[in-house]
Amino acid sequence: MSDSTHLRDDLDTVAYYPGCALEGSGHAYNRSTKRLARKLGLKLVEIDNWNCCGAMEVKNIDPDIQNYLSVRNMSIAKHKMGLDVVMAPCNGCYHNLKKAEHDVTHREDTRETLKKMAEKTGQPEYKSGDVETIHALDWIKHAIGEKNITGKVKKSLAGLKIANYYGCMYTRPRHIFPEKDQGEGSESTSKPHFMDDLLRAAGAEIVDFPLKTACCGGAHTLSDCDTSTQLVLNILQAAEACGADVIATECPTCHSGLEMHQVRAQETLNIKTQPVMLYFTQLLGLAFGISPRQLGIHENISQSMGLLRQKGLV
Amino acid sequence: MPIHEESLIRPENLRKHDELNIDDVDVSGHWSTFIESRAVSDYNEQLEQEVAAFPGGAFIHRCWQCGACTNSCTVNAINPDFNPRYWIYLVRLGMEQELLRDKDIIWQCVSCHKCTHVCPRDVEPEGVMKALSHWLEAKGHTPKSQSQHFDEEFYQQVLETGKIEEGRIVRNFFNRTGQPLQQPWLIRMVKNMIRGLPILLLTRMGLATLFRPKTKDWSKSKASIEELIEMKESARKQILEGNKSS
Repeated sequence: MSDSTHLRDDLDTVAYYPGCALEGSGHAYNRSTKRLARKLGLKLVEIDNWNCCGAMEVKNIDPDIQNYLSVRNMSIAKHKMGLDVVMAPCNGCYHNLKKAEHDVTHREDTRETLKKMAEKTGQPEYKSGDVETIHALDWIKHAIGEKNITGKVKKSLAGLKIANYYGCMYTRPRHIFPEKDQGEGSESTSKPHFMDDLLRAAGAEIVDFPLKTACCGGAHTLSDCDTSTQLVLNILQAAEACGADVIATECPTCHSGLEMHQVRAQETLNIKTQPVMLYFTQLLGLAFGISPRQLGIHENISQSMGLLRQKGLV
Repeated sequence: MPIHEESLIRPENLRKHDELNIDDVDVSGHWSTFIESRAVSDYNEQLEQEVAAFPGGAFIHRCWQCGACTNSCTVNAINPDFNPRYWIYLVRLGMEQELLRDKDIIWQCVSCHKCTHVCPRDVEPEGVMKALSHWLEAKGHTPKSQSQHFDEEFYQQVLETGKIEEGRIVRNFFNRTGQPLQQPWLIRMVKNMIRGLPILLLTRMGLATLFRPKTKDWSKSKASIEELIEMKESARKQILEGNKSS
């Protein structure tokens, strides 16, 4: 397994898989990610004619259909575009590509099914290890690193108290992320810290937040609203109790879930919570001197401009 | 035997007597409550096989009842009746009637994957919860859950175009489940959202509702997906119907 735990060295040019959410509710994440790439001299090449990864839904219809959706994208990156690293900023996409990689590597029946489907659809068969899927956090962490971030900071995030929220799909289940929990320098599945590292390097004060990987109820955000509102409230209130002004996010579903149910908690339960939500790419962008408009900060439902003005960041 | 921990026994399994005399000994009062004796005989011996045939249920046989799933469960922390370990136990024993007591909450699994993360036997309990709720619907024990409506709407869009458009998902989901779109919190949220959006983006999003985002040359993929689904559904049907006739 040693090579599957290895992060490929050259991350200057990666295949970019934005996914459906980044073309909809997560457009600010899409915009800030692309803007950040330009600022840092990293090249994102969008996967040609990509398809949806199936999110949290298609696997419930059939897990191998979900795997098919993922490997079709990975296969295009490898065989049509000649790229062997796929970067996905959305936890759902990232998780599903990782899951497909795991199943192709470890499950004979999945391999057989996908091989037949590739033949029928005229695509090259996806083989284990053809591409490595990374998250936007891996990408910035490994392509740029904390030291370089500190060097590039124009407006320090000092004074901004941030709780980092990673959600479920970035770390669970552990066995689909063979590169995590590998000691020094690798990401942890129980206490993820890549976002902490990056934002701290940009000057932010990171609060000790126990609900980093709690669930926001994203899969049932509309189908079981009351449960989702309660789960989101747990996160918002814990962050508030930890003294955070901002909850930094790295997933469009988590982000919009927190925003939506913050509004819903106020409307239906009359419970108001203070923290505002910002994508980590927006926060890093601000530190590098990119304007809020270019980072899509106005596009968030959660209104953070007042706070950012107060902290002298805009 | 008298019962000291009555709260642990379901009321219908308790038998109380105001006055009771056993073998000339008066055991009225505190000592006169008994557990109804019973023997379970209505097993569904195929229950595990049936559940395993639904997407996500394939590894239910691996469970050794450690309880890590329930211990880690997000929904269990909100509702102690939500108990994946117990349901897996009942399915493996074939105790369908007992399982049906919880039929209306099983669909509420939020897929946080904490159970699959900690499961030492790779049962994928999260998948088992999904399989269980599909099984409940297929057997007619429950109507389609809200979650199932959402999954079907989502799948349908991916199948048709290779991509989804969130606005369409929300509208169609509310339509399917007969909920009004005009809910105060939704209106407030949409207002908050639109306030900040640049005109260009608003236009683009408006256009996306008219011209659906599509993956090009998707027809072969669509056919191939439909073929696989058909195959798996007919295999599932065989198991369910085979069990009914036997």
